Amino acid sequence: MKDSIRIASGQGFWGDLLSAPLDQVTKGPIDYLVMDYLAEVTMSIVQKQKLKDPRLGYARDLVSTVDEILPHLASKGITMISNGGGVNPEACRDAVLEVARRQGISIKVGIVTGDDILDSIDELGAAGAPLKNMESGEDLAPVREKVLSANVYLGAAPIVEALRQGAQIIITGRTTDTGLTLAPMIHEFGWDMRDWNRMAAGTIAGHIIECGAQSSGGNYMEDWRSVPDMANVGFPIIEALPSGEFFVTKHAGTGGRVSRGTVAEQCLYEIGDPRNYITPDVIADFTTIHLEDLGDDRVRVHGIEGRENTPFYKVSMSYSDGYSAFATLTYAWPEAIDKARAGDAILRARLERLGLQFDEILTEYVGYNACHGPLSEAVNPDPQEVMMRIGVRSHDIKSVERFGKEIAPLILTGPPNVTGFAGGRPRPSEVVAYWPALIEKTRIDPRVKIEVVES
Amino acid sequence: MKQVQLLSLAHARSGDKGDAGNVGVIARRPEYYPIIAAALTTKRVKEHFTGICHGPVERFELPNLHALNFLLHNTLGGGGTVSLKLDAQGKTLSSAMLRMMIDVPEDLAI
Repeated sequence: MKDSIRIASGQGFWGDLLSAPLDQVTKGPIDYLVMDYLAEVTMSIVQKQKLKDPRLGYARDLVSTVDEILPHLASKGITMISNGGGVNPEACRDAVLEVARRQGISIKVGIVTGDDILDSIDELGAAGAPLKNMESGEDLAPVREKVLSANVYLGAAPIVEALRQGAQIIITGRTTDTGLTLAPMIHEFGWDMRDWNRMAAGTIAGHIIECGAQSSGGNYMEDWRSVPDMANVGFPIIEALPSGEFFVTKHAGTGGRVSRGTVAEQCLYEIGDPRNYITPDVIADFTTIHLEDLGDDRVRVHGIEGRENTPFYKVSMSYSDGYSAFATLTYAWPEAIDKARAGDAILRARLERLGLQFDEILTEYVGYNACHGPLSEAVNPDPQEVMMRIGVRSHDIKSVERFGKEIAPLILTGPPNVTGFAGGRPRPSEVVAYWPALIEKTRIDPRVKIEVVES
Repeated sequence: MKQVQLLSLAHARSGDKGDAGNVGVIARRPEYYPIIAAALTTKRVKEHFTGICHGPVERFELPNLHALNFLLHNTLGGGGTVSLKLDAQGKTLSSAMLRMMIDVPEDLAI
């Protein structure tokens, strides 16, 4: 058994810094590279792709990243774990194997499936799993016809099984981000998955690195000016020990910072009740996190406790819920705020005169009070410029389309000193709403498949 | 007592949990934590976010990190891609929280 393993974050979300994975595999030693591709709405996007073409439905960027880093994964024995399989881990695996063949590299690729329950919703409902909205308690029936995706958040166990079977690249569908980091620890250290304190430690380690550089200097409020060289920020790395204690660090010679402050801020990110951070694997207690700043971008984390997991998986479902569009126009000094408000009033009067139907129209004034609303101080009642930002949402696509055509006219038929209309007419985009539910774990069957390619 | 802005006593990070914004407030020094914990009641935070937070406020303590976590319900205009807000993910609620003016002992070193 190893004394310690190094688990590096290569990506915090699909759209994150493209250079990070190669930096992680080249700027220092690591054992594992974990990468997150799935925001809430991603599954609906990849489901639509798969409907149009059954060979799609996964994060294609994953394949180009593998193309870039595969020689390093192979020569250094680094295992890559990612949820970029979307709703087609099989096709993603095939594309990755094709890359390996082209490069003449032999690699074992494993996939985890069983999370996609889109085609089983009615069957599950009939069998006693109604998938009610876990926040509102509402029944699924009113939106059933509009459901676009339904995926269970699987935990670490199927990834551990893929590691046990020797996979060097693991591609999953929907799994928890924290499970990507916990799984290697279970595998390497032989942890019992009912050892709740260790399960919580691995889960919290995963939480700390799941947003990439947001724990190594990014979005850092305490002292952002002092963080060196963010252009070359080093993404965070967990150095995990068998005891459950771990260190947060980054490669030497990279920019950014790992400190008590950067790690603490990430610990507080997107959590509800800190005592009850619920994952499929454990209920982790964030009030037991103890941080020790050792200097030199190294923070020791210890003392973490957890409790038994629940008998449920969380289900992430999405459904189509209308259309939206956004437009901006910028008004310059003097009286920028008044001119922007007048432009908004003219636009709304025209939309109403046209009889267009909107569920919501929202106007915000960027540079004045868009971020902090009523808390914004009137320190500058006559700003240099103000950007009027207006958004609409409707179930009638024609109303949203017509809204898009009413923006440009304001330039010549509205208040003066207006600019900032590059980018063409705003077009409707589909609103994808989120429907979280719970399902008994016994109803779900996560599967692991490994396929080896030989060069 | 004197009044100081929470920004000089704490740093913060915010994010989204559905239609709720979560705001974590971390004391810049351990000795500030009891002062912040006493001042930031749910009532005070709810008042502070008038016109922004349209639902209840939940409050949690993390003394291990000298921090508090707040959930501001019904704040993000429906959240996700439903929301029309510029800051639909609540990323700037962190600094909004730190605008709050807090009573501190006259001799507190800032």
